Amino acid sequence: MSKKKYWQSFGELNQTESFQESSKNEFKEELLPLADLDDKGILDAKTPRRDFLKYLGFSTAAAAVAASCETPVRKAVPFLHKPDNVIPGVASYYASTYVNGGDTISVVVKQRDGRPIKIEGNELSTITNGGTTAQAQASVLDLYDNTRLRYPMQKNGKEFKEVTSFDAFDKMVGAAINGKAVAILTSTVNSPSTLAIINEFIAKYPGSRHVQYDAVSYSGMLLANEACYGKKAIPSYHFDKAKVIVSLGADFLGTWLSPAEFNNQYSKNRKIKGDKPELSRHFQFESMISLTGSNADDRYTHKPSETGAVALALLAKLGGAVSAPTIADAKLAKGIDTAAAALKASNGAALVVCGSNDVNVQIIVNAINAAIGANGTTINWAITSNYKAGIDADMINLVKDMNSGAIGAVLINGVNPGYSYSDCKGFKDALAKVASVSFNATMDETTEQCKFVLPSHHWLESWGDTEPKTGYYSLIQPTINPLFKTRAFQTSLIKWSAAAGSQVNDYETYFKTYWNAKLGSADLYNKALQDGVVEPATMPVGGGSFNGAKLAEAAAAVAAAKGGAVEVVLYQKVSVGDGTQANNPWLQELPDPVSKVTWDNYAMMSPAMAKSLLGLDVMNQEGGKQSDYEVHPEKPVVKITANGKSVELPVIVLPGMNAATIALAVGYGRESADKEATAANIGKSAKGAGKNVYPLVGFNGTNSYNAVATVEKTGKMYPLAQTQVHGFTESRPVIYETNLTAYTAKPGALLAEVKAELENITANGSKDFVRDATIYPDYEKPGIKWGMSIDLNTCTGCSACVVACTAENNVSVVGKMQVQRAHEMHWLRIDRYFTFNSENHDDVDVVFQPMLCQHCDNAPCENVCPVAATNHSTEGLNQMTYNRCIGTRYCANNCPYKVRRFNWLDYTGADSFPDNQNPMLGAYMDESVMQMNDDLTRMVLNPDVTVRSRGVIEKCSFCVQRLQDSKLEAKKQQDPSLVRNVKVACMQACPTNAISFGNVNDKESDVYKIRNAEQKHRSFYVMEQLHVLPNVSYLAKVRNTDRHIGVEEHGGEKHEAKKGDKAHA
Amino acid sequence: MSRYRKILNRILVSIFLVFLLSINIQSLAADGAALFKANCASCHKPDKDFSGPALKGWKDRVPADGWIYKWVHSPIDQNDPYAIALKNKWKPTIMTSFPQLKNEEIDAIMKYVDDYVPEDLTKGGTGTAKTADDSSLLFGILTLVLALIAFILLQVNSNLRKLSDEKEGVLRTEPVPFYKNKTYIMAGVLVLFAIGGYYTINGAIGMGRMQNYQPVQPIFYSHQVHAGTNQISCLYCHSGAQDSKQASIPSVNTCMNCHKSISKYEGPDKLVREDGTPVDGTAEIEKLYAYAGWNSATKTYNPDKNNDGIPDGAKPIEWVKIHNLPDHVYFNHSQHVKVGKQNCQTCHGNIQQMPEVYQFSNLSMGWCVNCHRETKVDFYNQEDKSGNKYYSIYEKFHKDLKSGKMDSVTVEKIGGTECQKCHY
Repeated sequence: MSKKKYWQSFGELNQTESFQESSKNEFKEELLPLADLDDKGILDAKTPRRDFLKYLGFSTAAAAVAASCETPVRKAVPFLHKPDNVIPGVASYYASTYVNGGDTISVVVKQRDGRPIKIEGNELSTITNGGTTAQAQASVLDLYDNTRLRYPMQKNGKEFKEVTSFDAFDKMVGAAINGKAVAILTSTVNSPSTLAIINEFIAKYPGSRHVQYDAVSYSGMLLANEACYGKKAIPSYHFDKAKVIVSLGADFLGTWLSPAEFNNQYSKNRKIKGDKPELSRHFQFESMISLTGSNADDRYTHKPSETGAVALALLAKLGGAVSAPTIADAKLAKGIDTAAAALKASNGAALVVCGSNDVNVQIIVNAINAAIGANGTTINWAITSNYKAGIDADMINLVKDMNSGAIGAVLINGVNPGYSYSDCKGFKDALAKVASVSFNATMDETTEQCKFVLPSHHWLESWGDTEPKTGYYSLIQPTINPLFKTRAFQTSLIKWSAAAGSQVNDYETYFKTYWNAKLGSADLYNKALQDGVVEPATMPVGGGSFNGAKLAEAAAAVAAAKGGAVEVVLYQKVSVGDGTQANNPWLQELPDPVSKVTWDNYAMMSPAMAKSLLGLDVMNQEGGKQSDYEVHPEKPVVKITANGKSVELPVIVLPGMNAATIALAVGYGRESADKEATAANIGKSAKGAGKNVYPLVGFNGTNSYNAVATVEKTGKMYPLAQTQVHGFTESRPVIYETNLTAYTAKPGALLAEVKAELENITANGSKDFVRDATIYPDYEKPGIKWGMSIDLNTCTGCSACVVACTAENNVSVVGKMQVQRAHEMHWLRIDRYFTFNSENHDDVDVVFQPMLCQHCDNAPCENVCPVAATNHSTEGLNQMTYNRCIGTRYCANNCPYKVRRFNWLDYTGADSFPDNQNPMLGAYMDESVMQMNDDLTRMVLNPDVTVRSRGVIEKCSFCVQRLQDSKLEAKKQQDPSLVRNVKVACMQACPTNAISFGNVNDKESDVYKIRNAEQKHRSFYVMEQLHVLPNVSYLAKVRNTDRHIGVEEHGGEKHEAKKGDKAHA
Repeated sequence: MSRYRKILNRILVSIFLVFLLSINIQSLAADGAALFKANCASCHKPDKDFSGPALKGWKDRVPADGWIYKWVHSPIDQNDPYAIALKNKWKPTIMTSFPQLKNEEIDAIMKYVDDYVPEDLTKGGTGTAKTADDSSLLFGILTLVLALIAFILLQVNSNLRKLSDEKEGVLRTEPVPFYKNKTYIMAGVLVLFAIGGYYTINGAIGMGRMQNYQPVQPIFYSHQVHAGTNQISCLYCHSGAQDSKQASIPSVNTCMNCHKSISKYEGPDKLVREDGTPVDGTAEIEKLYAYAGWNSATKTYNPDKNNDGIPDGAKPIEWVKIHNLPDHVYFNHSQHVKVGKQNCQTCHGNIQQMPEVYQFSNLSMGWCVNCHRETKVDFYNQEDKSGNKYYSIYEKFHKDLKSGKMDSVTVEKIGGTECQKCHY
């Protein structure tokens, strides 16, 4: 049988000795990075028998002590005065808006007994349609961050002292900024009322100005649009209207501009509908392997310095009045030809986006979009996107003016240039010369340099408004009283600029007045708050008239761009982003979708570069003994120098990287001026996570996120916590794929082979695989049978679901050290598979497959549990009962999907013995784990889900608390159809609606329809031939490409044969 | 030796059988009493007038044989002279209708009422538990007597054998006295082990269970006065019970809804603590006023001088939580009260007779599961469209009910005893 090979690691691909050795030992524990602790303390002595006796003695004594304990007296304290709309134990939902820098997502906040505990997307927003991102999902944890500043402070010498009242603070700051030219330094502000307040403030202080600063800048686009369209703005993009999408290094599904919005739009044309499905065709030209590139139908790599050349070549092919540059790489040239042909044929239903921050490149991209007629169809100039507005030169001028004294005071809100500005030292020096007030939430790198600190509210405690797109508003309302003595940034501006005797002296009043006036009535205002969004009834659409005056100049500049033998490109990860949320342990522990690394940044390089630079021959198809680079967490460290700055980072080798490119993620390496204070000031999770690469950012009119670099070996090693190097498929087929042409021609052929195989497994000539391929009886599911379907076509790997699952189900954070030991607790992981590109064996295609408990009806885990702690429900749920589990881990061993996770340590403090977290007793946990044990942080826990203690297995429950809740509602209303409304956490978070969930016994349910009608040709179960009868089905991936995809492909077969020969020899 | 073993075996088997029997008898005795407790006891006592009439001797009072069924199923619709007289006597209270009770169940209740013999109940164990204890004591004594007889017979047998052996001239070694006989010692150890093990395990299982827990509360709040004598609906204060997982303890402002005007205790019930000390009801109301920040002299709330939105001096009441479930148990009141239509008394006992609340049930998993096995759900009836329409999706059960394979649907049948109904 010709099976295409999907692989997760080089070791698996080449079946190296070290890989085979490590895969034999599924629960390998020898990877302890704690070898040096061996001689510390008797408990680590390597004498298992004595240890056993000791532990036995200890546990008996402990149990005896515990048994003699008095039952504690618990108090029940009701409200003094219960608000009418609060029912203790019943969640309330409030529409609000997630804001972080300029990122804006309309959300609904789940509030339980006064505590916000979960963020969901707001389905009333036509921008995101209920989609979220990992960062938005995780932001609820930032509210309970114990490094948040608790009161206003003033710098006194080197120390900060509390200022006891806001009035005293106002007086001090008033005196400090009086008569000075003030710069208000913020991230992009798209709040109309805040902008109004800022303008009122500036009017009061002559010479003042508002500087918007984005850690990762979009100045190139803004300036190019000013040159071409006369507007310093970013238009709205409509990926849903594009039949052909060409992205030049823009990671629009991961981090570029507005990923929740773009994921949602993108997925609309990636769904297979009807007999003659149409898909958009997505080309990606990039230097590194990004999330978006992983989803592309066709992907080509080039050096970062060649981005402009690729754009120019594309423009030339499309008939632009420019001379085409020479593209040396034949594959790349062919790719440009194919993309240009597709763009030409698309009749305006096409879109080209570019991630470069170079004005000239963006001008050329604008010219391409004008040439293909994208303006007015996929690019809408009638409503602009207001996510990013920072201009890099403004920041340089600001530093200059601070130094010269032209600016006498700086008010900083929501930005951290002390960390993220490429010349952060220059900024800090300038800051020392002026009066400075920080409104930032924590004592970050910038705030610690300021003279006054007045922490502003978290967005969950705030009133506010946003205008992510012109005319599209999304409102913010508080869902909890401020936890600390904080005050809204806007209130401070109002107070400091108000005329004497002014009526309005706080932002809440200002906001209410502003919106009541704007909407016209209190009723409309209340409705707007309830809905969370105010949008025009129909979307205005308009093109811009392209002005090509600057095109020739831009083309000349691009053609003159020089590259190097090695180049570096900086990017953001979907988890940590620009670094604002670096102290969020949920995000730090979220594996990067492509590299699968947690808790660190690293230097991504191609196998070719790793071979020439480090002698790591990961692509050695000879198998046998070679590098054990992948087997151990320790990775070689290299020193990268660019723009005169150096950074040392460990290496991750990834296929699909451009051979000459090294990619580094920003957002890591947060550090206080006093390094010892990092954990206390910035946070335990941010401390020690990676290195800061912002200093490598260059400037040539705009910030440049790529540069010519040099790289050298250091001989050092650094352990990285990578998740997907443990857990293998043992070459079992788990993914099915084809291309659109083949699928449309014969949909049934895609899974025909699989289905035929199943029919042949059954005994006695029976064709009923479910009933007859087993000795176990077929149990009935008389009422509800829950089922899930995941569409591999629309899953982009964005990982919002993983964080949503963590938040909903109280999944513990285990820390870097435990992830290295394969102890991560995620109930839902996104498996990333590589497979060779059939036309270019240096390149790969990527498939993402969300993997969670499959709730098998004939589950192998259930019949090996000696205490029946895991068993099956009549609703098809594979139930896990923590209080019954004794931790044998037989179930985890027997699970073919490896989705059962074991609590090796007391990560949550849920045990009755506090010493279970004591490192002297063997509980080596990172500080970041203890961060989640803090009383404040624990407020984020979902009270409907048990917090698991040490020694039990846990796994996806299909969000049983939500299922039970929906059934209860249906029973109360006496209407079974209400059960159709249930949404599990991953499904609700998904911006592309890739996950469907429901009652399979209900013929009206989405899942029933998908499996039996709409998508029956694509629906498969992972490892179905094992007859475990999963309740999670997947829809095979269909790529819109000319290349061969899937089983008909012959290159892979040849490759397999070659390896087989070797093995026999 | 082998003979002894045989006899020992028999003794063990008989002890085992006696055990089984006693367990069986215990469960048979429960039925009528349980139904009475669940459905009737909140308003009726068998032998005394309460919120409703004493039920003993009902047969002599009712006008016709089947009358009681009609009355219980729907009191409001009964307009015969006796029913009218009854309603007039107890005005304005009218009995709740119990359409779900079957005739057999009503029979069982009424039988229980007729057989009821008042006991001088000290607090704690219920009547049924007592009888069960008595019978096991009886069987225990019986077992002991039998064991003693068996032992004596064994000794006699052994002596006779010795005599006959001597007579026949067979030489036998001197038999060891029974206290040195290893078989006896072994049997004794086994018995001790079994008894010790039984108590150890029971003790271990009972760890953390707090049946009859009756802490002293910050205010002597009598459910007997409020829910019993004054007939305040449970849901008036515990409104969460039908909407939320928590029944919720009422906030102070709920208390003040009535107590703004009721400032003195003048009720008929004597307020006495568990230990017999009398309680001054008016002083307890004063305590409430202190919590609420209410000035009983001026009949106004204290001013809010410190601007925190509540009257000065007001603070919430820190009640001691009586019913505690472990963290790994999910329990939802609204599921039981609104969907399952259970009475509060089913789990909380005769709360309206409790001056101080104690934990009536043991809240063990066995207790939960038992109820789920026995309780029938309000299953949807396809013919007359009665019952909860949610259950219309159970097509198989509808078929089985029609064909007679099944006579009713219990909570267990729809998955009510599965782990992840309560543990997640």
